[in-house]
Amino acid sequence: MASNEPGVSGGGSVDGHLSRRGFFGQAAAVSAGVALVPPAAAVAAAQPVEAAANAGLVDVAFKVNGEPKKLSIDPRVTLLDALRERLGLTGTKKGCDRGQCGACTVHVENRRVLPCLTLAVSLQDKAVTTIEGIADGETLHPVQQAFIDHDGFQCGFCTSGQIMSAVAVVREGAARTDDQIREAMSGNLCRCGAYPNILDAIKQVQAGDR
Amino acid sequence: MRAFDYAAPSSVDEALRLTKPGSAFLAGGTTLVDLMKLDVLTPDHVIDVNRLPLNGIRLSDGHLRIGALERMSAVAAHPTVMVHFPVISRALLLSASGQLRNMASIGGNLLQRTRCDYFRDVTAPCNKRQPGSGCPAQTGVNRTHAILGSSSSCAATHASDVAVAFVALEAMVVVRGRGGDRIVPLEDFYLLPGNTPQVENQLGPDELIVEVRVPVSPLARQSTYLKIRDRQSYEFALTSVAVALSLRRGVVLDARIAAGGVGTKPWRLRAVEDALKGNPAMEKTFSDAAESAVDGARPLAQNAFKVTLLKRTIVRALIDVAGVR
Repeated sequence: MASNEPGVSGGGSVDGHLSRRGFFGQAAAVSAGVALVPPAAAVAAAQPVEAAANAGLVDVAFKVNGEPKKLSIDPRVTLLDALRERLGLTGTKKGCDRGQCGACTVHVENRRVLPCLTLAVSLQDKAVTTIEGIADGETLHPVQQAFIDHDGFQCGFCTSGQIMSAVAVVREGAARTDDQIREAMSGNLCRCGAYPNILDAIKQVQAGDR
Repeated sequence: MRAFDYAAPSSVDEALRLTKPGSAFLAGGTTLVDLMKLDVLTPDHVIDVNRLPLNGIRLSDGHLRIGALERMSAVAAHPTVMVHFPVISRALLLSASGQLRNMASIGGNLLQRTRCDYFRDVTAPCNKRQPGSGCPAQTGVNRTHAILGSSSSCAATHASDVAVAFVALEAMVVVRGRGGDRIVPLEDFYLLPGNTPQVENQLGPDELIVEVRVPVSPLARQSTYLKIRDRQSYEFALTSVAVALSLRRGVVLDARIAAGGVGTKPWRLRAVEDALKGNPAMEKTFSDAAESAVDGARPLAQNAFKVTLLKRTIVRALIDVAGVR
């Protein structure tokens, strides 16, 4: 659905090279076009559908990683889908999409929340921070660096959520003992079981804070 | 998710005016958006109440007053709540996850829907979701279900932790409708399932919870919440107990106890309270008193363990809060 929307590139090329995501996206679009209908017919058929769909759209403006964004969206769209499919910020991962795994954790107004259970239309004037927004230029955020130092991930799918949660846990400052950190991080599941290393990473950052 | 139209009013009156058949209020979204994705809830009109001025946590007129839109995390970390009402803070911190506690509002927490798997699965019958369709939990998977307050129509537990603490402390909800405010004791606000499990509380479709009020008391200062569950964290209660005690020279002057995870609503245990009063604060008193917690219990095939577990949870919570052995 999203790949057919105007104005959504999906991050096709990076510095003139085709990215993996861009390649798969374009390949899928081409094969779908060949298999189903000639491109011209597809465009013609899309017009009335688009006009009808626009009827229920709602305008919303909020900031993502400091940049103002304006969207005209169906109220059903979650912040998670808006980030990934409309704004091209695919660092935020969709795990369960039900508020149970924490893989999609981002910050809204500097508080960690779950964008899979947040309607994007409800974010008028709010500030959202994603994994793409925490590094300082080429310098990684201390939590990002600590995850690398301690091997805080294996497959990596939960990692951006783990890091966004950990950044908030360090900032909140309430969790200090190992058990308190585990409790504070319990909303972020890791099926690879990198928990001990994630704990070590967080403790490294906290040690640097003192 | 089914299509709906969206409005974000900025005043309570405007929000109430927007209510109509098929409308639903959206606060933190942790229940509503979840259940809309599952097609369990299919509102035609979503009224986002997050811009309403329903914030604030303060002591006034002998009550703790919590605005309905205060988030669980903010209430849990509030110094007044931590000092004067530790049971509230603890119940909140043992709920859900850090992310969900930042999202979910206090008003919404009280209105969260049951975690019964049959309720959440639209392909299964469920009297609560589809009145008259039946209750598979009676003979099906019922390990986590209620042993108190259930009927042949429904055995779903109420999932909130903080509601258990509120019921123990005799909290009230302030409900605003088009005709003004009414104040309802939380224990009475929730209804037993009987033959109408789809009606869970006294809130009308055009009413909104605007505030929770908790009476200040010496009891509340000496209080705690104990939650027993399958995982150490981020899990709903199998059994839980909110306890508040007033002691003098080792004797129980007064007590408030309520249980979670076992009832179709937060379950006040008055018989246990009465059995404690006037008796020495010691394990023997606590275990004798706990026996009456399960009077009238109606265990199902897989959850009879909750009868014993509830009694033990009560005893341990009392030992913890009394500081005795």
